[in-house]
Amino acid sequence: MNRINELFKEKQGNLLSIYFTAGYPNLNSTLDIAEALEKAGADFLEIGVPYSDPLADGPVIQNSSLKAIENGMTVKVLFEQLKDLRKRVSIPVLLMGYVNPVLQYGVSNFCKSCEEVGVDGVIVPDLPMYEYEELYKECFDQHKLSNIFLITPTTSEARIRKIDELSNGFIYLLSSSSTTGKNLDVNTNVEGYFARIASMGLKNPTMVGFGISDNKSFSKASQYAKGAIVGSAFVKLLAEENYMEKIGEFVASLKGKEVAV
Amino acid sequence: MSYHVNERGYYGNFGGAYVPEMLYPNVEELQAQYLEIMHDPAFVAEFNSLLKDYVGRPSPLYLAERLSEKYNANIYLKREDLNHTGAHKINNTIGQILLAQRLGKKRIIAETGAGQHGVATATVCALKGIECVVYMGAVDIERQAPNVARMKMMGATVIPATSGSQTLKDATNEALRDWINNPVDTHYIIGSVVGPHPYPDMVARFQAIISEETRWQLKEKIGKETPDYVLACVGGGSNAAGMFYHFLDEPNVTLIAAEAAGKGVDTGESAATTALGKDGVLHGSRSLVMQTEDGQVVEPYSISAGLDYPGIGPQHAHLHVSGRGVYVSITDDEAMQAGFQLARLEGIIPAIESSHALAQLDKMKFNGESVVVCLSGRGDKDLSTYMKYFNL
Repeated sequence: MNRINELFKEKQGNLLSIYFTAGYPNLNSTLDIAEALEKAGADFLEIGVPYSDPLADGPVIQNSSLKAIENGMTVKVLFEQLKDLRKRVSIPVLLMGYVNPVLQYGVSNFCKSCEEVGVDGVIVPDLPMYEYEELYKECFDQHKLSNIFLITPTTSEARIRKIDELSNGFIYLLSSSSTTGKNLDVNTNVEGYFARIASMGLKNPTMVGFGISDNKSFSKASQYAKGAIVGSAFVKLLAEENYMEKIGEFVASLKGKEVAV
Repeated sequence: MSYHVNERGYYGNFGGAYVPEMLYPNVEELQAQYLEIMHDPAFVAEFNSLLKDYVGRPSPLYLAERLSEKYNANIYLKREDLNHTGAHKINNTIGQILLAQRLGKKRIIAETGAGQHGVATATVCALKGIECVVYMGAVDIERQAPNVARMKMMGATVIPATSGSQTLKDATNEALRDWINNPVDTHYIIGSVVGPHPYPDMVARFQAIISEETRWQLKEKIGKETPDYVLACVGGGSNAAGMFYHFLDEPNVTLIAAEAAGKGVDTGESAATTALGKDGVLHGSRSLVMQTEDGQVVEPYSISAGLDYPGIGPQHAHLHVSGRGVYVSITDDEAMQAGFQLARLEGIIPAIESSHALAQLDKMKFNGESVVVCLSGRGDKDLSTYMKYFNL
């Protein structure tokens, strides 16, 4: 059991996860933002490891990645910064990134560093399922790391079953086949797809991501899954002045609550 | 040792399909169907007919007598420059458009650097009346205006890639993003032997016509199907993959691939991937990649836009690591001189990409051996670069 498993056991629904890119907007802003998000009421966090060629991402996260790399963020620097993670943040934390920087750091080193700093899970969208299963699963398990898989409206049922079998945290349900940062159209037949997944009786909980940007889309997603993940909408906020002061309000508005003063 | 792809999409340790889940169904569909479609007799007949009557194949295998005399060898040029649209790229786009039709796709996307693959894609889309969208780096759009105009004239929409360095690598990212967002009706025609499996193998098979013809053409000319040396230039590596294909299992044929050293391998302005790259993942396959210690992809440089790519096809990585192929680096200056020399000795102005392969001749000693050089494209598109370089 890691923090992710415990969270899903404790809380029944309306979980909010927030994604942001490590090293953006400033090299050393990573932990400050993480701490502020926990205070504001986020249930868990996904910290993006920047990559030069983020092909699943739309312009907002692309730009944050390039800026973070310019700022000097690397996998090594990130783990250095995260040494203080568990002094400041108690909610589950995942790292999300592309496979190449992880390969260069070394997969087993990466898993080891994650455990050392208190990271609970990893999302690497371009790591093939067979490679995880055959080469890396043992290492992930050894370091108590959840590997999070994505599924889309076009993922076959057999593959969803296989993903469910290999997962040990939650499954990341993409609202549509798209890059990040497009708005979820809550009026489309996305509900049919959410309902189909919900009726499959998967052993892992699901979280909806991609296209969640406000309370309306968050609520819609939460009807069919344990909660939802917000990325681009939050990264956009980080480009604004005095962004630290706006985090509380942003999280509260997603959850549909009045701002606590 | 096998130099071809295995059933899981790997060449030794290289290859595979490193794609996010959003692309998995598209890639899986191709993996499941490409060989069956390519082996279908009706497909083969249509492919061969278009190569003959539309592209103008077979391309000549020309004994370059004055060049041969200079190097004391029998040098044959495989004249891909004489194909319709001026390069080998059309062999692949003809194949892929026929494949896309059979998969029921209604829309084509492509990436392009210098614009040669974009033009070849726009051409086949016009031929078949299919919507065509080409991604091209904003920087490349500016420096390759004639090719942009060609694509537009044939009805393609050219979309500038404004992310990153705004060149080929970024155009490829944008095309992959388009495919993620349009997974059902769209086929992505990748222009080189890169990308997730099955692209490297599929593109190599479409380009294999180059070496298939070379074998019977040599038989006619010298009485045997194999030369002593085969030379080709490599960016992603599609003309080399086609030029090598039917010689891979002929151990007596030395395969030489010329990469772009740019201003020199150690200058920081280079695109010599086997010399500078490390094992990594780029654009969906595991191969050699020019990258930082942290795994960020490095911007390459070459005077030739077609070789200006920070990766190399996974089959080439395997040929290099296994020693089956000899991968050499040619600088801008060496390539430009070789291009100029061919113009003066043979009356042929080669693409600067192809000039990299020609430049390797100068570094070798011959004693009457037979040599085939893939002249992958013609130099019309490079005239302004030649003019500037030689003050013409």
